[in-house]
Amino acid sequence: MQHESALEAREPPVRAIGFVRRYIFSVDHKVIGLQYYALALVAVFVGMALSWLMRIHLVWPNWPIPGLHFLSKTGAPGNVMTPEYYLSLLTMHGTIMVFFVLTNAPFAALGNYFLPLQIGAEDMAFPRLNMLSFWITFLAFCVLMSSFFVSDGPPISGWTAYAPLSAVGSAAGPGQGMGQTLWAISIGIFCVASLLGALNFIATTLDMRTRGMTLMRMPLSTWAWFITSCISLFAFAVLLPTCILLCLDRMADTSFFVPSGLVISDRLQPHSGGSALLWQHLFWFFGHPEVYIAILPAAGIVSHVLINGLRRPLLSHKAIIFSMVAIGFLSYVVWGHHMFVSGMNPTSSLVFSFPTIIITIPAAVLTLTWLGSIYGSRLRLTTASLFALGFISMFVSGGLSGFFLAQPSIDIYLHATYFVVGHFHIVMGVAAIFGVFAGTYFWFPKMTGRMLNEGLGRIHFWGSFVGAYCIFMPFHYLGMAGNVRRYAAFVDDYMAPLMSVHRFITIAALVMGIVQMIFLVNLLYSLWRGPKAPDNPWECTSLEWATSSPPPADNFGGRSPIVYRDPYQYGVDAAGKDFVMQNEPFYAESASIPHLAEAAEAQE
Amino acid sequence: MSLSHVIPSKPPLPRGQRDNSALPPTRDDKPGKHLDASAPEPALTGIWVALATIAMMFAAFTSAAVVRQGASNDWEHIALPALLYINTGILILSGIALELARRTYLNGVKHGMPSAKIAVRWLTFSLLSGVAFLVGQIVVWWQLLARSVDFISSPTNSFFYVLTVFHAVHVAGGIGGLVRIWVKMRRFDLKRSTLNATCWYWHFMSVLWIYIFVLLIWKF
Repeated sequence: MQHESALEAREPPVRAIGFVRRYIFSVDHKVIGLQYYALALVAVFVGMALSWLMRIHLVWPNWPIPGLHFLSKTGAPGNVMTPEYYLSLLTMHGTIMVFFVLTNAPFAALGNYFLPLQIGAEDMAFPRLNMLSFWITFLAFCVLMSSFFVSDGPPISGWTAYAPLSAVGSAAGPGQGMGQTLWAISIGIFCVASLLGALNFIATTLDMRTRGMTLMRMPLSTWAWFITSCISLFAFAVLLPTCILLCLDRMADTSFFVPSGLVISDRLQPHSGGSALLWQHLFWFFGHPEVYIAILPAAGIVSHVLINGLRRPLLSHKAIIFSMVAIGFLSYVVWGHHMFVSGMNPTSSLVFSFPTIIITIPAAVLTLTWLGSIYGSRLRLTTASLFALGFISMFVSGGLSGFFLAQPSIDIYLHATYFVVGHFHIVMGVAAIFGVFAGTYFWFPKMTGRMLNEGLGRIHFWGSFVGAYCIFMPFHYLGMAGNVRRYAAFVDDYMAPLMSVHRFITIAALVMGIVQMIFLVNLLYSLWRGPKAPDNPWECTSLEWATSSPPPADNFGGRSPIVYRDPYQYGVDAAGKDFVMQNEPFYAESASIPHLAEAAEAQE
Repeated sequence: MSLSHVIPSKPPLPRGQRDNSALPPTRDDKPGKHLDASAPEPALTGIWVALATIAMMFAAFTSAAVVRQGASNDWEHIALPALLYINTGILILSGIALELARRTYLNGVKHGMPSAKIAVRWLTFSLLSGVAFLVGQIVVWWQLLARSVDFISSPTNSFFYVLTVFHAVHVAGGIGGLVRIWVKMRRFDLKRSTLNATCWYWHFMSVLWIYIFVLLIWKF
């Protein structure tokens, strides 16, 4: 291990900037990455608390939850939530988790911090734009959260905000007035932030690479962030106009999404001729790529972490990259598989089903490459690599249930059931979060200069792994048994036998939440009290480990690294080490080759 | 059965990877690549990416309009004001003037004596005609409202206003960019990449407007 700091000998760069410019309105990509991470952390605990409230209500619908009426007097009279308020919490849980956790944490947070480091850049291409992206995201979060505090609470239309429910205003139910408007504005603002962020990522990857860092020499995590930014560029470019049209329908009485003759609460709506299906088409054109915006960065991070644990490269570097590119392309032609029961032409269902099944090919290539690389290896079982294995497990489990849902005839039965809820929670939610955990345990020493506690990390992993399966696997069973989703309580006779499964799930969810507190404690404790981290504790080869922990403000202390080789040179015999870093000019045994020795001297 | 004999613990070189350190430097490894004229320009890349995004947003609006037109029989045709043709001409002239300003300026820089005065003159013309286009669009909306072609009475009208207003907002941003390079050009501290990026954006605004205008003539 390299215990001495790579940058110890030189003076740290002193910049006369104040607290506000350094930590709040900072243009440093590392600070912005941490800000995104903190925002995602707040969001994930809010989202988790909402899921607790929902799970408790599902199983014990008449239990008063102390303090709930402070959140909403009309939504929870006597601390017992109304069915409508259950839907409000459902909407907020989905929106917070999808946008502010799954989009922010693996992509915006970790990507912001490590993409410039991994390509040897001093900062992002447009640092001020980067700061703007974060603060716009923060604004979007505040606008969304403010819907808790308006008179009739958050919207009830789900995170997909299907029209016409989302488009007709307060007549449609509590939360569909101001709450839904705030939702649409918040998501519109979020789109702007994501577009600016994606633009920055792309320009940085293309233009800011250091000498010798060709595209194929970029680590897999950088590739994943780059591909993800290309996906989100086009996905959010469609969601933004969609939100604008929704706002116009709501505020200016246009008729983009509301059909004519719609009567709500005995009142004929003032709209005519709009198309509710149009909303679904536009939304899912964004919505399906969004799944990959969450999962691809996690796949990249996991590849990066896994290779380090395996101490040898994956079976194929290129297969991973090209599979991710293929998934990115295909993600744009499968959106209709979310709409098999929407009344869409059955021929279109077939047209969308086909590429959906095709997309399993690159996904299978990814999985087989990981599994084939693990086979017969001596994996270093750190917490980070445990979470990487957990990611693969979730990716496979969630992906397999996708096979069923990809076929229209089966989806018609399963679509409105818990089967779908189980599917997307495992493959999109848990898998992506496991990727973020793998990245956190792996990069925490670099971000903070302190090590996380591995013992607590292992408890956290096993609790989360077992917990996630205990929660989401029974969902599939419930779905096949016909348990409908989005209901606030299950009072029908045929669902009574399923209540014991629901109780099990709720208890598992509560335990799983407590396990996450261990992570939070570990994070906060290690931040101040963790053992000091060396520059390269995991003996990794990529450039983020070629600087001090944490890196100085300009990343490499004013000296741009030069890259000499592909990113994952593990399993070599180099002066007693089994790895060679990307910026090391030559192998020890190559010192006898004259021009390499000269090159090394020239660099010194 | 163990597979350890198949995969030696320390292979001489990892599978699928080449040790490139013995190879001559690639094109990217050239020292001082940031100084030569072909060095990557983040401003230009950023603008290209932004233009792709803007194009995608208008593609979304277009497909929404096409679907909405087919969804119901309330699509009405708008008699487009003649002023739109004049506005189109003004925007094209603005683009040509900007291109002349760009070439004059860069040509001057290349020969060591920036002929900035002429370039600034062209740029001023371009800027003013950009503003004239925006004013012209406002007059168009005003004329249509006077004819009681309002925002909500038919989906055609809604889409007409959405497309033209959304374009005008982007043009307004472009005018901001033109003002910025106008100030810099007068001070002789305009970078090539900033100039080129602004020009790409502004030309794209013309192309986008021609696309929207053809769509309006054809579908509205």
